[in-house]
Amino acid sequence: MSAKRPLEGLRVLDLCVVWAGTYATCILADMGAEVIKLENVHVFAPMTRGGRARPPKAIMTGSMAWGTGYPNNEPGPRAWNYCPTFVQLYRNKKSVTIDLTSEQGQALLRPLIEQTDVFVENNAAGTAEKLGVDYDSLRAIKPDIIVLRAPGYGLSGPYRDARTLGAHLESVTGHTLLRGYADRDPSQTSAIFAGDHMAGSQAAFAIMAALRHRRRTGEGQLIEMAQAEAATPMVAQAYMQQAFTGVAPETVGNRSIYGFAPHNLYPCRSPGSAEDGGDRWIAITVTSDAEWRALRGEMGDPEWARTADLDAAEGRLARQDEIDQHIGAWTRDQDDYDLFHSLQRVGVAAAPVLEASRVFDDPHVQARELNAPQMLPDGLGPYLFNNPPYKFPATPLTHERPPVAMGQDNEYVYTQLIGLSQEEYQAIVDAGDAGMDFDADIP
Amino acid sequence: MPGPLDGVTVLDLSEWIAGPYATKLFADAGADVIKIERPARSGPAGDPSRGVGPFHGGAPHPEKSGTFFYFNTNKRSLVLDLTQEAAREAFLRLVDRADLVVESFRPGVLDRLGVGWDRIHARKPEIALVSLAPFGQESPYRNYKLTDLTLFGMCGEMYSMGVQDAEPIKMYGTAALVQSGASAAAAAMAALTVTETQGIGQHVDLALADLQFNGTDRRHAAEIGYQFSGRKSLRAAGTARQILGGVYFCADGYVMFVSSAQYLDRVRAMLGDPDWLRDPKWDDPAVQLDPDAIGEFDAYFLPWCLDRTKREIWTEARAHRVLCGPLFTVAELFDDEHFRGRGFFAEFEHADLGRVEIPGRPVIMSATPWQNRRPAPRLGEHSREILAEAGFDAAAVEGLVASEAAFAAQAAS
Repeated sequence: MSAKRPLEGLRVLDLCVVWAGTYATCILADMGAEVIKLENVHVFAPMTRGGRARPPKAIMTGSMAWGTGYPNNEPGPRAWNYCPTFVQLYRNKKSVTIDLTSEQGQALLRPLIEQTDVFVENNAAGTAEKLGVDYDSLRAIKPDIIVLRAPGYGLSGPYRDARTLGAHLESVTGHTLLRGYADRDPSQTSAIFAGDHMAGSQAAFAIMAALRHRRRTGEGQLIEMAQAEAATPMVAQAYMQQAFTGVAPETVGNRSIYGFAPHNLYPCRSPGSAEDGGDRWIAITVTSDAEWRALRGEMGDPEWARTADLDAAEGRLARQDEIDQHIGAWTRDQDDYDLFHSLQRVGVAAAPVLEASRVFDDPHVQARELNAPQMLPDGLGPYLFNNPPYKFPATPLTHERPPVAMGQDNEYVYTQLIGLSQEEYQAIVDAGDAGMDFDADIP
Repeated sequence: MPGPLDGVTVLDLSEWIAGPYATKLFADAGADVIKIERPARSGPAGDPSRGVGPFHGGAPHPEKSGTFFYFNTNKRSLVLDLTQEAAREAFLRLVDRADLVVESFRPGVLDRLGVGWDRIHARKPEIALVSLAPFGQESPYRNYKLTDLTLFGMCGEMYSMGVQDAEPIKMYGTAALVQSGASAAAAAMAALTVTETQGIGQHVDLALADLQFNGTDRRHAAEIGYQFSGRKSLRAAGTARQILGGVYFCADGYVMFVSSAQYLDRVRAMLGDPDWLRDPKWDDPAVQLDPDAIGEFDAYFLPWCLDRTKREIWTEARAHRVLCGPLFTVAELFDDEHFRGRGFFAEFEHADLGRVEIPGRPVIMSATPWQNRRPAPRLGEHSREILAEAGFDAAAVEGLVASEAAFAAQAAS
């Protein structure tokens, strides 16, 4: 008997939106579970297959590539299948369209639930109840089902119904005030969505832990994740400082919260500017006196660095602004990768700050096969997509299926899983519920 | 009720932030996580995170580190000098009783210590070893170091974070390391699943770098976006953004609105349906990106914000389902009625620190609750009991301690 992937043989229904839940089910799919996205051609869930179903060409060139940079700056025939914000997280998944807002759709879901091990959703609290897929409804059909619900602020409390994306969660959990430039107002901060990585990973972990409990006891359960709570480990030290000292944590930008110095970004020889994505920087962090001596040696033991007070961390911390000026002057005309290698060879943690287009050529990225060419629907591609980044030698985890198009697996799910005849399935298609296009009147 | 991982034993050789966060999730879920710490040799004893703050009371002390405390709740501490054969034998006896081994040394270190994959696998074929190294076990950079800043700079999407007239800017503290640690926990749980369901052990090779590169913090989107339409994932150019796309001043601080204008009717309702916002031009997504239109919108919107506190604004936004979040401080969060009411904060009683309250569970599990069984361990606090469980009799335990193959903490003062 050959080895199976960790979750092979398990079925997961995925009613997730945006990133957090979608990343959780991406991990489960990478681990071998059959993950089926539940989608609805009559309802466009914003920020799930894009900001809009049919984005105007006028916005294609206007903002961040990861927000609106559709293939060749064209919305294409089915923009929802290649929105760059989301499409990477659709690997190894299947998709069915089913109208859960209708009684017929809910009835069709029932036989599918009977064959489902895990149900995952991260909609606003209350949505699952409206669609008949809350925990009590699901376990009435499948008593040992494991259900993970991950609304932004949980299923209870005054913020339960707040609408939120990762950026808002991040503000509420304290991260937005803690990160950013030390010498600039927080209103100059850009929005990031770091909490989704935390929520998705921990949701996948909790689901696998619950599956273990089910193997041992036969018991399913409800897992409730408030994404805001799941994001707090990213700012753990700030909470701990408040709890242990009562002193409010400071915003230190790229400096070390532990007082390691030097610890910053430094300019490198650049083929362009920040306006065109061509500015280059190297991150250098010195976390011990030995690393400082190594860095000093690489710089050629300059006079300014040889004063005795810089031999110890406290001395370097006291003069870090001045040290940063000197290091920046030294790095300014050098190549970031050359510096990376020369500093790492003497034991100093340094790394180029890679603009996204440079990732693919990195020797580590290539050696580890972090990406592989995949085709998108409508003949688009090939493009390099992320592979599962976990090296399991006995049970290899690979990019089995390219990012799934909406409704791509309708026939399989309706006929083989739900058990409809071809005629019955065709009736669902004819009624417009099983399809690969959002309704024409959805913008 | 026991946790979902009740009965699982994890041998945890990992140090610092990422590995310990991964194994904290195991410990909080009910696993017996045996944290194997290093003795004092060239440096201080124990996980190096014992040496960094924030320190309880302010003064450095290895049992008072907030970093160590947070990342090591519910674990037990055993100090072993793995350069000694007697300690290696103790380690292998623990392998006999364990379900998973996790380590974060630089590649090759575990082999040099004589307890590498080959020896673990020979001892217990069905157990997995999860190695979490900066660039993994096989890489042209396998001997290179990573810190949170270099990890996020190279492998995360730091380049496009911040503004164009300044350098890229990182996340707070060790956020990127914690992200990679969370992903590593999921992978380690999958490895344990393979052991439990198929009886197969394997050496899982994880790289902090890979878990950032292929994780989900904008980098994946920037990579594919570049291939689709060119290099556009840049830092923000001054004030250029979109309508309701950023951080706004208010009466007592700041609020964040992002993507909120996608549901403009909700915004209209929140603002009391003002005449100026009735113009249908505001619904045009191209107008929402237009700098002049943004200026016109903000001239109306900013005074509305400045008349209200961040909590008042969020209450209005919630009532009208508008995407919004106030910028809270952690002090405000400790007092917040929502998180406090949900029981998010966990209390621990610690021998040196007394009662402490820290952020708690990432999830609530209805059948197998998250547990606060014990605070982070004192160095070597559980050495004697763990060695006894491994089958050493009392004399043998004292022999290991006397020869300094193991170190056992004194009772707390």
